[in-house]
Amino acid sequence: MNPAPARIILICSGKGGVGKTTLTANLGIALAKLGERTTVLDADFGLRNLDLLLGLENRIVYTAQEVLAETCRLEQALVKHKQQPLLSLLPAGNPRMLEWLTPDDMKKIADLVAVQSDFVLIDCPAGVEQGFKNAALAAQEAIVITTPEISAVRDADRVIGLLHSMNVEPVQLVLNRVRPKMVANQEMLAVDAVTDILALPLLGLVVEDEQVIVSTNRGEPLTLAETGSAAGRAYHNIAKRLRGENVPLIDPSKERKGLRARFLSKFRQVGLF
Amino acid sequence: MALLDFIQQLLGLQKPSAETAKERLQLVLAHDRSDLNPELLEQMRREILEVVQKYVEIDLEEVDVSLATEDRVTALVANLPIRRARLKPLPTAHAGSPDSGATHAEGPAEAGDPPESASSEADPITEAEAPSEPLDPSEPPDASGETAHLDAPGDLQST
Repeated sequence: MNPAPARIILICSGKGGVGKTTLTANLGIALAKLGERTTVLDADFGLRNLDLLLGLENRIVYTAQEVLAETCRLEQALVKHKQQPLLSLLPAGNPRMLEWLTPDDMKKIADLVAVQSDFVLIDCPAGVEQGFKNAALAAQEAIVITTPEISAVRDADRVIGLLHSMNVEPVQLVLNRVRPKMVANQEMLAVDAVTDILALPLLGLVVEDEQVIVSTNRGEPLTLAETGSAAGRAYHNIAKRLRGENVPLIDPSKERKGLRARFLSKFRQVGLF
Repeated sequence: MALLDFIQQLLGLQKPSAETAKERLQLVLAHDRSDLNPELLEQMRREILEVVQKYVEIDLEEVDVSLATEDRVTALVANLPIRRARLKPLPTAHAGSPDSGATHAEGPAEAGDPPESASSEADPITEAEAPSEPLDPSEPPDASGETAHLDAPGDLQST
C-alpha cells in the first residue's frame, strides 16, 4: 500500500545542546511544506523536548508505548500539527517509563509510522549509550549535526564511527551555529576544516541566529514563518537537499570579511607572517 | 577579537585559535579512532624502537612515533632517522631480567642522569660494532644485556 517506503533518518550529534531537536522540528515543518508526509519521532523520552519546540506539548495524550502495548491505535497517538497537517509527532514515551524501550521496540515504532509517511525523522538522545543505539538501529540513514567547537566535533566523530559500524548509510553533516565573522577572523573552526576532519558530505550550514531562541519561546519553528530568517532559510535548504534538489551551499564566512580579517589575510598573502 | 590577540597575530607571536583547535582536534581524534591510549602507544613505540635498533643505529633525539589521521583513516607514522646501519644485527633482547639485582643497581644511576646515559648509549655502539660484539654495547660486558636493552627506551622517555 506504500509503493515508495519512507526514508527513516536519524538526527544525532553525540554532544547535547548542539541543535538536534531544533533541526528535527524545523526539518519536519519544512518537509511537510514541500508536500512530504513527515513523522517526527522523539526517541529522547527521558528528556523529551520535541513537543515543546513544535508547540504540541499540550496535545500529547498517548505515546508509542501505548501503541506497542495496543492500548491505543497509532492514529490516536500521532499528534498532527495544526498549520502543517502533513507533519505528525510521536513521542516514544515519557520520563516515568524509562526502562521499557528496547531496540526491537524502537524499530517496530519506526516501521509502523513509516507505512504512512514519506519521511520519518528520529530525534536521537544525546550520548552514545543505549538510547542512541536503540534509535540508530531503527534508522536507515543519518544526519549528524555539530557546531564548530572542538568538543562537539569530537563527539560527532565518535557517533559517526558508531554509525559506520552499525551500517547506517548515508551519513550527512549539518554544521550548526556558524559565526561567519569569527570564522573569517580564524577564531572559529572553518567549515571545510570540520568537513575535512569528519570526512562527511555537508548537507547544510546554519548560521548562528537569535531568532532560533525566539521561535523556541513561541513553539513555532522558524520554517513555519513565511518571512525568512537566516537559520530558517538554511533549514529549508536542508529539506530540499534531502529530497535530492540541487541547492548550492554558500559558505557565509567567505562571502563577507571583516576589516580585520581582510587586513590579516592580506598580510598572510604577502607572506609577511 | 581582543586587540591584544590581534596585535599578537599580526606580529606572528600567536597563531589563530581556529588553527590551534584544528590541530588539537586532529591529534585527539587520531587517538580516539585508534582506541590506543597514550600508555599503549608508548609501549608500542618502545618495542618498535627496540626492533629497529637491532638493525640500524637511530638518532634517538629525533625519533617521532605518532598517530596521524586523514579521511577517517588513522596511520601510525614513525620517523626514525638512521645514523648508520649495523654490520650485524644485535641479538634479540628477551623480556624479563634473569638477575633482578642488576636492574636495581642500574636503576638509580640512570634516573639520576638520563642525558648522559643516553649519550653513553650512542657511543659504545660504534665501538661495539668494530669487533662485532654481540652483547649489548650500552653496558659493560659483564652486565646482563637484556636489562640494558629494555632500559634504553626508558631513557628516551625521560629526555
